[in-house]
Amino acid sequence: MTRVAAAIRAANDDGRAALVVYLPAGYPDMATSRACLEAAAEAGADVLEVGFPYSDPLMDGPTIQAASQAALDQGYSPADDFAMCAELTANVAVPVLLMTYYNLAWHYGNSDRLDAFATDAAGAGLAGAILPDLPAEEGAPWCAVAAAHDLATVFLAAPSSPDARLRPVAERSTGWVYATSTLGVTGERASLSQAAAPLVARLRRHTDRPVAVGIGVSTEHHAREVAGFADGVIVGSAVVRAAGEGGPAAVGALVAELAAGCRREG
Amino acid sequence: MTATDPDLAAAAARAHYGRFGGRFVPEALMAALDELEQAFADAAADPAFAARLRDLQRDYGGRPTPLYHARRLSEHAGGARIFLKREDLAHTGSHKLCNVLGQGLLSERMGKRRLIAETGAGQHGVATATIAALLGMECVVYMGEEDTRRQRLNVVRMRLMGAEVVPVTSGTRTLKDAINEAMRDWVTNVDETHYLIGSVVGPHPFPMIVREFVKVIGTEIRARMLEVEGRLPDAVVACVGGGSNAMGAFHPFIDDQGVRLVGVEAGGEGLDGVRHAATITGGSEGILHGARSFVLQDDYGQVRPTHSVSAGLDYPGVGPEHAWLADSGRATYVAATDAEALEGFRLLCDLRGSSRRWNRRTRCCPRCALPPSSAPRRSSCSTCRGAVTKTSTRSAACSTSRVR
Repeated sequence: MTRVAAAIRAANDDGRAALVVYLPAGYPDMATSRACLEAAAEAGADVLEVGFPYSDPLMDGPTIQAASQAALDQGYSPADDFAMCAELTANVAVPVLLMTYYNLAWHYGNSDRLDAFATDAAGAGLAGAILPDLPAEEGAPWCAVAAAHDLATVFLAAPSSPDARLRPVAERSTGWVYATSTLGVTGERASLSQAAAPLVARLRRHTDRPVAVGIGVSTEHHAREVAGFADGVIVGSAVVRAAGEGGPAAVGALVAELAAGCRREG
Repeated sequence: MTATDPDLAAAAARAHYGRFGGRFVPEALMAALDELEQAFADAAADPAFAARLRDLQRDYGGRPTPLYHARRLSEHAGGARIFLKREDLAHTGSHKLCNVLGQGLLSERMGKRRLIAETGAGQHGVATATIAALLGMECVVYMGEEDTRRQRLNVVRMRLMGAEVVPVTSGTRTLKDAINEAMRDWVTNVDETHYLIGSVVGPHPFPMIVREFVKVIGTEIRARMLEVEGRLPDAVVACVGGGSNAMGAFHPFIDDQGVRLVGVEAGGEGLDGVRHAATITGGSEGILHGARSFVLQDDYGQVRPTHSVSAGLDYPGVGPEHAWLADSGRATYVAATDAEALEGFRLLCDLRGSSRRWNRRTRCCPRCALPPSSAPRRSSCSTCRGAVTKTSTRSAACSTSRVR
């Protein structure tokens, strides 16, 4: 079992859904983004996702688009993001994954450089990577490289995925299976999509790997709902907004609330 | 009509062109891409679909378009005999309608009554708005804010036809960002929406479907050349942004080894710097908008802003089949700078006289078509040296009536 899957199972054994928190590197600046991620770990996050900002984030809504653009405007490159991750992973005990778009992994310094990218990811102490625009059928090269560097892989499942797609998605996900609660881009929603629970139920028929739910999970209340049927709760945009508005203190306060929501009663 | 070709079933099964192409999109869209691929395969096997498309192409779209021997231009150039494929004479003023008619009918077959599209210069947006009106569908067009300014008349045309035009303010505010925004819409509303991509780009099956619908251009060229000249052309030359008109013109000639295929990319201010949009000539391999192809990007895979005097070519990617044609050597790609392209345009006006399709609202120089954002504040146009009237507008404009 990968470190990432083990961390999720450890939280589950403790009577909780694992809390996975996303923040982009370099927002609002590089030092503060690290402080925010450390605050998230301190306040109860079980797994951290570090976004590597990309010029064309077509899976992201306005909050993460704006944060990514702000980081890019400061001139940060993936090399700077890795350097920050190396410091972060030295300071926190929880596993840290990177999340970015496939081209940053594939065109790393030059074309077809997945291995160099994975080498630097492992070198920075990262435990895995999420590449949301890499579907399972194009994922073989990345999976081979990730396995060689002991990096967990996470693939997405969507409410629109037919059953025939869920098995290969789950088989390639050595960290967890990322169930997107709704069709759409990242961003806060008023209420949790009703599509999340049925998707998790369908995934359970194909895998015993951890299943975590993200996209539109924003509040303690949402976290409590998701904790009722999934192994992990993934929160991004709400935490990014907190980072922008109130820095590490605001992130810590929000993550503590979300962590309380992940606790299962009884 | 192309959709009944026997090789289609084989083509439909192919997601890759050599190492290029593929599907690099969020999982939420994978089912929709499968559905689209199936719908296309079904349509291709349905003679009624082919007949309806053929009738619309002829009676509504104005096809076939003329192939005209430009004699004075040929004499002036002193080399090849030059023929012009007059796609500007098709309905809506560009080749874009071929693809849009085909995909519109496909969308109707799939029961999707909402069309979304991206547009750069506005030609694809206008074509999509037109077809949405024809078929009674809802239409939303994403257009970079920068492009809505420099191509304002097309925004008006789209709105007249009932389309909603959404100016995109993210990123570089041009075509690539319009595609990002259209993808975001599609991933959110995929159940009832068809994303009518306007070029041979995007994840499989889009590059294949768009090519199949636009290759009528090359099929017509081939037939007409054989009819009037009794032979095939020595070369087919077309401009390449995303690459749909070039792919349409090239594809029926791919197996004719005697026919050179030449794609001309937008060289902007020159390939020495970064102010260009010559993706194959000046880019590197990468993954953008769902496909592996050539991309204008930095060392870390961040997509670079591009520049071209042509809003329609101002795009940092290119269709994966072009990447494959370039890589295999079957087609050659070169770049022409803004100045060279404008010189060509001016030459065509002088020697042929029919390309002065012009509107006063864009306030561009009528001889060189320089758009207002880069028009010089001087009493003559710096590009074509024609006389210019100073005006009180934001950009010193070349006035149509005052130029000699």
